[in-house]
Amino acid sequence: WNLQIKFLHGTTTLGFIYEGGVIIAVDSRASMGQYMSSASVKKIIEINPYLLGTMAGGAADCTFWERVLGMECRLYELRNKERISVAAASKLLCNMVYGYKNMGLSMGTMIAGWDKTGPNLFYVDNDGMRMRHQMFSCGSGSTYAYGVLDSGYRFDMTNEEAYELGRRAIFHATHRDAFSGGVARVYHIQPGGWVPIHPGTDVTELYYQYMYPSRAEGVEEVVMAE
Amino acid sequence: NWLTTNMSRYDRALTVFSPDGHLFQAEYASEAVRKGSTAVGVRGTDVVVLAVERKSTAKLQESRTVRKICVLDEHVAIAFAGLNADARVLTNKARVECQSFRLTFEDAVSVDYITRHIAKVQQRYTQSGGVRSFGVSNLVAGFDSDGTPRLYTTEPSGAFSAWKANAIGRGEKTCREFLEKHYTEPPSGDDAVMLSIRTLLEVVESGSKNVEVAVMYPNAPIRYLT
Repeated sequence: WNLQIKFLHGTTTLGFIYEGGVIIAVDSRASMGQYMSSASVKKIIEINPYLLGTMAGGAADCTFWERVLGMECRLYELRNKERISVAAASKLLCNMVYGYKNMGLSMGTMIAGWDKTGPNLFYVDNDGMRMRHQMFSCGSGSTYAYGVLDSGYRFDMTNEEAYELGRRAIFHATHRDAFSGGVARVYHIQPGGWVPIHPGTDVTELYYQYMYPSRAEGVEEVVMAE
Repeated sequence: NWLTTNMSRYDRALTVFSPDGHLFQAEYASEAVRKGSTAVGVRGTDVVVLAVERKSTAKLQESRTVRKICVLDEHVAIAFAGLNADARVLTNKARVECQSFRLTFEDAVSVDYITRHIAKVQQRYTQSGGVRSFGVSNLVAGFDSDGTPRLYTTEPSGAFSAWKANAIGRGEKTCREFLEKHYTEPPSGDDAVMLSIRTLLEVVESGSKNVEVAVMYPNAPIRYLT
C-alpha cells in the first residue's frame, strides 16, 4: 500500500517581474490522485508584508517551511534593524530544506518581494535548487502558463496589463490541466509591499471572456446561439 | 583505567561572579588590554582612520610581519590592543564570519553586525566551561553599504559600543582625553588622519618607526601610511 497523499503537485503558480514590480498568480485546486479535495486552497503564503511565497508540491511542507522562513526574516529585522533582502530570504529557505534533501520533502516555491535592489523573484525547491529570474511558473499547469506568459509578456506593461496577463495565464492553465482549477488569485508586489489584486476569481467565470472574446453579449445569449 | 579521559575535570566555569557582582576574570582580561600597545580610531565625515603604536621590534625581527591593523573584509578593518595571539584567533573568527555572511545572505556584513559577532564570541568565553576570556579589546572600523563610516569598540567582557573616536590599550586614558578636547566636529579626510596621529603621539615617541596608520574610504581598498 503506497498511498501518496501528495497534494498540490497538481497546481499552477506563476510569477514575473515587470516595470511596476512583481506579479504572483496562482490557482486554488488541491487534488489527491483523481479526487479534487479542495477548490479554495490559498497557494500564496504571506511571509510578511513585503515577501510572498507560493505553494506547489506538498502543502504541509510549503506552509510549514515558509512560516519558519517568516520567523527567521523577522529575527533578521530585529537584529539588523532593516528588512531582509529577497536574495537572503530565499537563501535561508533553500539552506533549510537542503538539510532534508532526499528525505522526502516536496516543495516548489517562488519567493518574491521588493527590497533595496528592487523587485526580486527567486525559485526554490526541495532539491536545494535556487534560481533568480524574471519569470517562473511551477506545477502541473506550468507549461500552459509559460505559453501564455511568453507570448504576452513585456517589461514595460502597465499594471492592468500585468494583472490581466497573470490572470489569463492561470485561466488557460486551469482550462487544459486537469489538476489545476478553482479560482485565480493575483497579487502585486509594489515598493511598499504586496497587495492582493484578485483575491479569487472563479476560472469558470473567466471562460467566456477568454475563449470567446469577440462575443461581448451575456452568457445566456451565447448558450442559445450554440 | 588509563583509557578513560579526564575531560570533565576541565569543564567547570572559570569566570564566576564575585560577592559584589564583579567578573574578576573579565576585569583581569581588561588589565591585559591596558598593558598592550595603544590603538586609536577616528571616524570622520567620509573616512575612518586607525592608528596603532608599533612597539620597538628586536633588531633581527622583521617588523613588517607584526601587523596590528587587519582587514576583515574589503570594507571593514580591525585594530586591537592586548594579547597578540588572542587577537589573531578572534580576527580569524571574524574573517570567517564575514565570508559566511556573504554566502548565506549574499551581501556584505555591516560594521555593526560583525562587531556584534565579535562581541558575542568574547562574551561566550566569559560564560563557558574550561575557557578564559580573550585578553583583547578591538577597534572595528569600516563602512556600511550606504557609505556611512562606522567605528566600534569591543571589550573582553563582550560589551561593545559605537564611537566617534576612541583609544584602547596602554595610553587609552590620555588619548581619550586628548580626543575629547580636540574632536569638536567630525573631521574630513586628512584632518582625521592628522587628529589620529597627533593623538597617538601623546603617548608614543615621535618617529615613523613607532606609528602605523591605516586610512579607509568607502569603496576603496585600505591604505597604509608609511
